[in-house]
Amino acid sequence: MFVKDMMKTEVITLQAEAKISEAYQLLQENHIRHIPIIDNNKQVIGIISDRDVRDASPSILDEVYNEEALSFPVSSIMTTPVTTIHPYDYVEEIAAIFYDREFACLPVVKNNILVGIITEKDMLYTLIQLTGTHVPSSQIEIKVPDRIGVLADVSAFFKRRKIKVASVLIYPYLEDSNYKILVFRIQTMNPMNIMDDFKDSEFEIVSPSLENPHE
Amino acid sequence: MSNCNTAFIYTEAFKDYKFSDDHPFNQIRVSATKDLLEYEKALPASNIIFPKQASESLISGIHTKNYIEAVKRADQSDTPISEYYKYGLGTEDTPIFRGMYEASATLVGGTIEAVNQVLNHHYPHALNLGGGLHHGFPEKASGFCIFNDAAIAIKYIRENYNLRVLYVDTDAHHGDGVQASFYDDPNVCTVSFHETGRYLYPGTGNTNERGVKKGFGYTFNFPLDAFTEDESFLSIFKTSMDEIMDYFRPDIIISQHGVDAHYLDPLTHLHATMNIFEEIPKHIHALSHQYCEGKWIALGGGGYDIWRVVPRAWSQLYKIMQDSTPFTGNLSSEWQKKWQSHANVVLPTTWEDDLAHYKKIPRTVEITEKNQRMVEQTLQFIRNLSI
Ligand SMILES: [Zn+2]
Ligand SMILES: [Zn+2]
Repeated sequence: MFVKDMMKTEVITLQAEAKISEAYQLLQENHIRHIPIIDNNKQVIGIISDRDVRDASPSILDEVYNEEALSFPVSSIMTTPVTTIHPYDYVEEIAAIFYDREFACLPVVKNNILVGIITEKDMLYTLIQLTGTHVPSSQIEIKVPDRIGVLADVSAFFKRRKIKVASVLIYPYLEDSNYKILVFRIQTMNPMNIMDDFKDSEFEIVSPSLENPHE
Repeated sequence: MSNCNTAFIYTEAFKDYKFSDDHPFNQIRVSATKDLLEYEKALPASNIIFPKQASESLISGIHTKNYIEAVKRADQSDTPISEYYKYGLGTEDTPIFRGMYEASATLVGGTIEAVNQVLNHHYPHALNLGGGLHHGFPEKASGFCIFNDAAIAIKYIRENYNLRVLYVDTDAHHGDGVQASFYDDPNVCTVSFHETGRYLYPGTGNTNERGVKKGFGYTFNFPLDAFTEDESFLSIFKTSMDEIMDYFRPDIIISQHGVDAHYLDPLTHLHATMNIFEEIPKHIHALSHQYCEGKWIALGGGGYDIWRVVPRAWSQLYKIMQDSTPFTGNLSSEWQKKWQSHANVVLPTTWEDDLAHYKKIPRTVEITEKNQRMVEQTLQFIRNLSI
């Protein structure tokens, strides 16, 4: 999935000379945690987080604001340069950025112009979609030999029963690298027939099991 | 709790809601239950109330015009079946069958009749075992459910009586359709106890689903671990219901009594025995008198071991609605004789489970602990209010 399909396009921004107090207000009012700082050409020159704002005003914890600190420009506390991503980057790539560095938010930039923003939360939502739990469905996990065509062979079982697949994930089978675990969410409340079909096959349904919770 | 007279809503036409001979949802369970109650002399003939088919205007309280139209013409027109997929019709779960609009509207009519019996003060309690089709969505059939009778009835109560409704659902599957219908409504509190959606259909019903906008704090979900047994189920059910009733203080209770949490049920992985199908109604019964002057409507629901589990569990439900005292000991032998030839398994002989096929669960301690953590998350909201 592309970043352009998961990003928010309405971005709240500030310019470098805006006061920290303005940033504070925007963060509060919009329940957001990051504000990109842009110039007149919509180029991203920095970013500030709610944390930067909090650190700038030591007395904020007492809810008595340090007026002087809050009147400084946001450029004095912004992080720069900023790591940005492109609308045609992939969800896997930003997941890696979020994991490797300690950002929770990435501005999306095309031709040097800010076009969107994506947060860790947006990414997690996308991952939830990828696991298929957003449509009514049942989950089954199948242990299969790790060979060419195995996914097509297993999928044929669902096609034969006219059952739609909402999502499929492939995991390594930890005990034996000659096998994989396929996790399907299928759009039926009655997986009984399909489970029976698999009983007579080389594929093994491994969940849910009395012994091993797989959770 | 004297005078607990209970209307039993019933028509042979409930059986017309039938997808196919080998589909797991089969309303012959309702007939077998009525018969068992009659053999046990626990169902007075005068308490049996014959329902009418629900009108289209009632059904449209929840369902969209387009969807109702699709259900109406699905069994007649030459429209290709693929046109119906977007409505969830013509799938493996909800195949199209002849007369499906009338059959579905009759189940809804049963639940509306149950509401009328209680709100017109004919009976304090009423039971419609033909209803409880909790997966139906405004524009989509899902999980064997075409029209959502419980949601339609709640809407009907809200519009005509302005009562605050508590909906409680102990089917092994999450009551997603009813929850979705009142997700933003602070006058309808929906409570669902079900197997976690980790494996089981429909996958929703997490602790963080609490309602939206004005309805925030009026949706409660208790996703139980697969292989949960009686003790953990019941302690969670009782504690949670007590706290939620005290918090919401409804005027009327609608309960959905799917019995697919039983260890013999082929579709789910909960591991309960007949015991919970006595304790759940007993507890709801007591709460209905404590908070709602007895106003209580109970519905059927899932239940796919239709011979060994459903008739016993639903007979106990009616018996407990009548006098709070479950049957014990031997089942009517005449009933067994009559129904054994219909069944593909040996019918039970006692009201209690013989536990012959009960598997010992090796992880009871872990499951109980996980469930306990889950309850704390769900109830945290109420508990924080009272600090
Ligand atoms: Zn009573
Ligand atoms: Zn169910």
